[in-house]
Amino acid sequence: MAKKVLMKGNEAIAEAAIKSGCLHFFGYPITPQTEISEYMAKRMPKVGGLCLQAESEVSAINMIMGAAASGSRCLTSSSSPGISLKSEGISYLVGCDLPCVIVNVQRGGPGLGGIQPSQQDYYQATKANGHGDEHILVLAPSSVQEMAQLTSEAFDLADIYRMPAMILADGALGQMMEPVDFELGTKREIPEKTWACNGTEGKRKKNIINSLLIDPDELETSVVNRFKRYDEIAEKEVKYEEYKCDDADIVIVAYGITSRICKTAIAAARAKGIKVGLFRPITLWPYPKKQLGALADKAKHFLVCELNMGQMVDDVKVATECKKPVSFFGRTGGVIPSPDEVLAQIEKLAAAL
Amino acid sequence: MHEKCQTMKPRLQKHANINMLETLRNLKNLIVVCGHFGAGKTNFAVNLAREKAEAGNKVTLIDLDIVNPYFRAADNVAELTTLGVKCVVPDFANTNVDIPSLPPTVMGALEAYEREPDRVTILDVGGDNGAVALGMYKRFFKENGYDLLYVINMYRPLTEDIEGAEMILREIEWSGRIHATGIVNNSNLGVETAAADITDTDSWAREFAKKCGLPLVCTCADVSLAGKLDSIPDVFYIKNATKQIF
Repeated sequence: MAKKVLMKGNEAIAEAAIKSGCLHFFGYPITPQTEISEYMAKRMPKVGGLCLQAESEVSAINMIMGAAASGSRCLTSSSSPGISLKSEGISYLVGCDLPCVIVNVQRGGPGLGGIQPSQQDYYQATKANGHGDEHILVLAPSSVQEMAQLTSEAFDLADIYRMPAMILADGALGQMMEPVDFELGTKREIPEKTWACNGTEGKRKKNIINSLLIDPDELETSVVNRFKRYDEIAEKEVKYEEYKCDDADIVIVAYGITSRICKTAIAAARAKGIKVGLFRPITLWPYPKKQLGALADKAKHFLVCELNMGQMVDDVKVATECKKPVSFFGRTGGVIPSPDEVLAQIEKLAAAL
Repeated sequence: MHEKCQTMKPRLQKHANINMLETLRNLKNLIVVCGHFGAGKTNFAVNLAREKAEAGNKVTLIDLDIVNPYFRAADNVAELTTLGVKCVVPDFANTNVDIPSLPPTVMGALEAYEREPDRVTILDVGGDNGAVALGMYKRFFKENGYDLLYVINMYRPLTEDIEGAEMILREIEWSGRIHATGIVNNSNLGVETAAADITDTDSWAREFAKKCGLPLVCTCADVSLAGKLDSIPDVFYIKNATKQIF
């Protein structure tokens, strides 16, 4: 393969998964992520893996549970309504401490909604992906290159911390084409999967993978221990990007495709002499609270931009401890704002500073 | 005399391809554009429609893409219409309706071509199995003759080698019940494409065309690279027709 290739975001996720040693893909088609399944169907037989179109999203996530329990690296993908169907399975995966990667190429909702890009599943991904006291890792790429790199990192993080990791993308990132270099990025050391149900060969005690804990004390202990792991992740694994924040009066907080639109708007605003920067959370869970909070002492105003009705606003208020005002601008239902619309918001805020 | 001609056709002066490539001028008037998805079929088809219109032809562009939910020929309707290009797009293109239906206007446009065979009629077909949409129009191709251009991009992972590119060509021919007549080399890395990235693919494209027994009709390059690709024959300079969202 040439060093750089031109790919759709969806294809980049699929190829990165295969390059990360993923041998099992279970999915069900839904726009705008179907290219992941199509790519897997073409590539998996060539690498000795399995691509299976399940009869539904519910089946696919439960197939993931089986594959993950055997210690295999596995991937499932869907778009918003399909992820809702997977939510029970995601909670079971967490309860079983099983690693896997789940991709959500978001589209407009609620309900069947539409097929255009959105970021309306922020709450679902970061706060309520399934029932019970639980979290999953949530990574938000903003380029086709990151679709590849973060998929690879998601597999590593999932294995290291024994939990599901989600790539939270959107239809625009899934469909757009950019050059990708699969050699970029770092590989982590992965602990041996001594817990996997992959045959004892009569040499060890059998492993049991189960999320049913009848004794409340036992269940409490397992949840508390899991939350100690979450604290460790929040300490070590936060990822974010700061762009022109050093002298910024206004800091835009945006992730995914919206951050790309904001960067164009920032260049235009800077040309007009407005000091504006961008804080881009790359991990949405764990959220880069401390790092964003540190900007609250310098900046005068925060502007959250999303393709939804303001789902990240509360996280920004908590991170900045409400030291400075937090405004919101977004479009929803599959509508993407133009850089000019964001620029208009920046100018309005700048005039009032 | 020469000056007078130029003032009569000011639009031709603005465009990089003042003289249309002979290989493009010689194409039949019914042109089907196919390829692996993401190869750049829409970009090529939109530019070909513009070029043909600017050269004074009557042009119809049919968006026959039943695969892509967004980034499609329908994004260019406004610009092409001002050039006099008749655009036929699926009813649901760029809406929220995920139905791969084809409107009766496609059949209408092909019937119009039969009545008006000097009208350049270009079909922009969806990637890979999207060619299945061609099957129902087979009669028009069989009876009127056509050119089917297979667009390739060496920087696309599944068509990076000759075997992969040929496999997808055969899949397209099989699903569309139609045979290719020429190859278009549209190898590119998106906005990062440098002149060398294109020249590096020339021998690959020629070898591929030879293996398929088809002519290499042209090599596409962004207009910003004009003058930097003189080592390759038949370069078709195109303007990026992909909708920009940021």
